[in-house]
Amino acid sequence: MDPFAPDNLIESLHMPSAIPADSVGLVTPQTIHFDTPLALACGRVLESYDLVIETYGTLNADASNAVLICHALSGHQHAAGYHSMEDRKPGWWDSAIGPGKPIDTNRFFVLCLNNLGGCHGSTGPTSLNPETGKPYGPDFPIVTVKDWVNSQVRLADHFGIQQWAAIVGGSLGGMQALQWSIDYPERLRDCLVIASAPKLSAQNIAFNEVARQAISKDPQFHQGHYYEQQVVPKTGLALARMVGHITYLSDDGMREKFGREMRAGKLSFDFNPQFEVESYLQYQGERFSTAFDANTYLLMTKALDYFDPASDYDHDLVAALSHARCRFLVVAFTTDWRFSPERSRELVDALVAAGKQVSYAEIDSAHGHDAFLIPSPRYMELFAAYMDRVALGISTAPQQKENADAR
Amino acid sequence: MRADLEIIQQWIQPDTRVLDLACGDGELLAHLTAEKGVQGYGLEIDHDNITACIEKGVNVVEQDIDNGLASIRNSSFDTVVMTQALQTMHRPDQIVDEMLRIGKECIVTFPNFAHWRARFYLAFKGRMPVSKFLPYTWYNTPNIHFCTFDDFEKLCVERNIQILDRTVVDHTLRDRWWIKIWPNMLGEIAIYRITR
Repeated sequence: MDPFAPDNLIESLHMPSAIPADSVGLVTPQTIHFDTPLALACGRVLESYDLVIETYGTLNADASNAVLICHALSGHQHAAGYHSMEDRKPGWWDSAIGPGKPIDTNRFFVLCLNNLGGCHGSTGPTSLNPETGKPYGPDFPIVTVKDWVNSQVRLADHFGIQQWAAIVGGSLGGMQALQWSIDYPERLRDCLVIASAPKLSAQNIAFNEVARQAISKDPQFHQGHYYEQQVVPKTGLALARMVGHITYLSDDGMREKFGREMRAGKLSFDFNPQFEVESYLQYQGERFSTAFDANTYLLMTKALDYFDPASDYDHDLVAALSHARCRFLVVAFTTDWRFSPERSRELVDALVAAGKQVSYAEIDSAHGHDAFLIPSPRYMELFAAYMDRVALGISTAPQQKENADAR
Repeated sequence: MRADLEIIQQWIQPDTRVLDLACGDGELLAHLTAEKGVQGYGLEIDHDNITACIEKGVNVVEQDIDNGLASIRNSSFDTVVMTQALQTMHRPDQIVDEMLRIGKECIVTFPNFAHWRARFYLAFKGRMPVSKFLPYTWYNTPNIHFCTFDDFEKLCVERNIQILDRTVVDHTLRDRWWIKIWPNMLGEIAIYRITR
């Protein structure tokens, strides 16, 4: 998922006076402009676009140590480290990326981007449409996971990365990693698909539709042209976030965290939030609604709904995956009901049937879908063990070129 | 390598597809991949073993065999192996059937409950046998379906399963000439290669 992951599930990291030793430290995002037109699945063409990225670690001389991190629904390029000493929290996957962590920046060059259609600096609905001079808003093309992968290929070319050591993603990020393995089999050695699925179920799509309806029915939405009105469909976005958030947690996790605790300790016989879980959800929705763009949220949920790599192969997932050349690690979490272990098993079974190298682990966790962002001993140990194998593929050429982007 | 695995690996052809049920730390598959170029997968539920497999670069899938193997396609493996786990299954007969469905050949190993030491223990102490090799007591043993070599071979006859090879070894997993005199009395572990 998720840069806005619940503070109280992920241990709140108050910025210490010094950066922790296992952090990538202070990082600065960087914008890369692309002038080669990008043809999209919807039939439209983006003549030019920006991708905003962050990188951690140093790219080696033959670019054999590069790891691509793909973000999920509401994610962005800030995966690890801090932007300033005042930051209260590090990047969204800081638990897994850094010196000595599973994705060890002492040996890997890690690149994370904000996808097209995003609202954290890459070209998206909030960007100016060169044809009109106004923000794209709802006119920004519907982008798909395939489109994202095509744009990420350009990014790899920009850095001279012919083959990623690994592409890693959770949830919607895992779907991008999977799409890479099918569309560009020669360009990655390992593919890590975490808490993900080979396509969405009707139930998944249904939840996304509730989120979209909440946004588009908000009177402040103005058919997506809310920027001109200088308003934000806050209520709709908050509702969308609240319903999404419920699907990220597990029943057990919510019971453990909130139970039926009441803020005032007794029933108030009115409709104000009184159970802890109500105020928690309202807080999460409120916070998200001021930090995220509604049009981007609509786009991201569509990319999820449309993802179905098997559809290009007569709906035969085994046939789709038969193109892959990389090794796979698939990880699921026991209480994840958004993309349950059964969904990961569909992928694993298809990979085995296709004769691909694959390992699969089902991690015990009470944290539901959010578990993929929360470090637990077994998860981190397994992740690190796999990345050790990935590192064996790095060429050991002694001379290293200083990465221009890590300055 | 464990002595029984040494015997098993000789029965596996190069460049074939092998599924190892309850693959442990992946020792057999790592060997078969490196030495014979097999495409191997292991199923395992023990967390430490799964990590050990990943450290070795062995394909391992976390799956409880007792929940069945329905997700694996018919005849999709050349050889399906299960070492020292048959007696821990809820329904060993069904697992053997499933192994024969997904594999062209199967290799199974299990301890012999009719070994003289077990017979002696039960006959004279009147208690369930406990040994260094099988150190559990009746209430905590994972070995819930012990059988003898003769029991297994009777199952094979009933289920129309063909025994291609059988090697019987002692508790050090080594092949001894004297075991052949009376395997069901003197052998401690049998390694069967079967097909249907």
